[in-house]
Amino acid sequence: MLHSFLSLIAHGPSSRKRGAGVCRGVFALTVSLLLTSEPAIGAEARVAVASNFIATAKEIARAFEEQTDHRVVISSGSTGQIFAQITQAAPFEVFLAADAWRPQLTVSEGYGVDGSVFTYATGSLVLWSKEPDLVEGLDTLENGLFQRLAIANPDIAPYGHAAIQVLETAGVLDAVDPRLVRGNNIAQVYQFVVTGNADLGFVAASQIDDSVEGSSWSIPASYHDPIRQDAVLLKRGEANPAARAFWEFLQGPSARQIIVDNGYMVDQD
Amino acid sequence: MIWTTVSLTLQLATLTTLILLLIGTPLAWWLARAKTWWREVVSAIVALPLVLPPTVLGFYLLIALGPSGPGGVLGSLWGVRSLAFSFEGLVIGSVIYSMPFVVQPLRNAFEAIGDRPLEAAATLRASPIDRFFTVAVPMARPGFVTATILGFAHTMGEFGVVLMIGGNIPGETQVLSIAIYDQVESMNWAMAHLLSAGMLVFSFAVILAMALLERRAKERIR
Repeated sequence: MLHSFLSLIAHGPSSRKRGAGVCRGVFALTVSLLLTSEPAIGAEARVAVASNFIATAKEIARAFEEQTDHRVVISSGSTGQIFAQITQAAPFEVFLAADAWRPQLTVSEGYGVDGSVFTYATGSLVLWSKEPDLVEGLDTLENGLFQRLAIANPDIAPYGHAAIQVLETAGVLDAVDPRLVRGNNIAQVYQFVVTGNADLGFVAASQIDDSVEGSSWSIPASYHDPIRQDAVLLKRGEANPAARAFWEFLQGPSARQIIVDNGYMVDQD
Repeated sequence: MIWTTVSLTLQLATLTTLILLLIGTPLAWWLARAKTWWREVVSAIVALPLVLPPTVLGFYLLIALGPSGPGGVLGSLWGVRSLAFSFEGLVIGSVIYSMPFVVQPLRNAFEAIGDRPLEAAATLRASPIDRFFTVAVPMARPGFVTATILGFAHTMGEFGVVLMIGGNIPGETQVLSIAIYDQVESMNWAMAHLLSAGMLVFSFAVILAMALLERRAKERIR
């Protein structure tokens, strides 16, 4: 296959035949895989999860499967991607977003069940560096003794939007702006900092635990609008008992405990 | 903002292609002419970016460009801690990423020349360097055309590697493919459509131009 690909590159469109052979092979393989896959047994909920919440969602799904006889299939992606897929008829039944805007939009555009939107977690922001003494608090931002500060892309990611608000509140946005690097999402910000490519970055509290080395500052909630992560039951899942059960389970005490244990906040009631 | 992105992307593709032609030509020549068994090992290494997911390249580059890799050592010479998030870093990544698209057509073109024209030139007392520039390079012209176009176009379309090492800095590392991704993500579909259509037209023009140029170059040789 490599060879045929190389010759395709080398000779351009003239070796069309060989390319078609590869395509046919892939097609046949796909068909045979489809034919041999097992039919689903029992009720199954298809859940789309914003990638920052994926680890926690898996824990919740495990607890849910233990306590019920339903099963959960989790897909992850960015909130924007998942939303775009939902509008293109993706087979998702519950949507756990990283913001409050997109779940609301699924309802107003007719993909989500009216009245099913709720906040399942509120994110906390942490300024974190792998260097032991770099991050001490607000001073760190004011002194600006660093080269690269990583944030999630504020146009896309709620955690990035919140990070910009923190910098505005601290009055240092203009000063640090040339030194900002933008990760595509909060996971990439973590990568940038953990590899040392950025001196420090705004990550989610759920990403770092006590075992992580370095220095950090938990940003006070007053520095930015709350990072509300909302969930919605999608119309595709409205009649599926497994989807509805998962959506309810997510609001219950065992799910809330898992969410808190993973570094998020939940609404008090 | 769009023009910054477009011009940055063009700069990256141009510089990458020039560097690749400089490195790739001697490398392809060696791959085409060397008699050792391990030239296929080198050839396989050059071809790796064809097969590897960009995430693998991006992951290794992120570490290699960082403070604990060679990039950090190099960067410390002028006081930066990492070559990631810089135009220079993207050029390094793109050169690796697009290398097979330049080296492979050149190698094929050099191999197609065969021994005879070079031997003929040698009997006329042309030095090896002379033979290379006056016989091999002109005869391999179709290969150079293909290599240049493919190297340039492939770098224009680069996404995964840049996403992982770029840091999305406007005017520095925010290239077109990344800008399109951002526009789609932030549901700004009008701009996404505009940029994507531009890329579509560009890519089609490149492939068509390559086919036409290649045909003309081949006819000229005959």
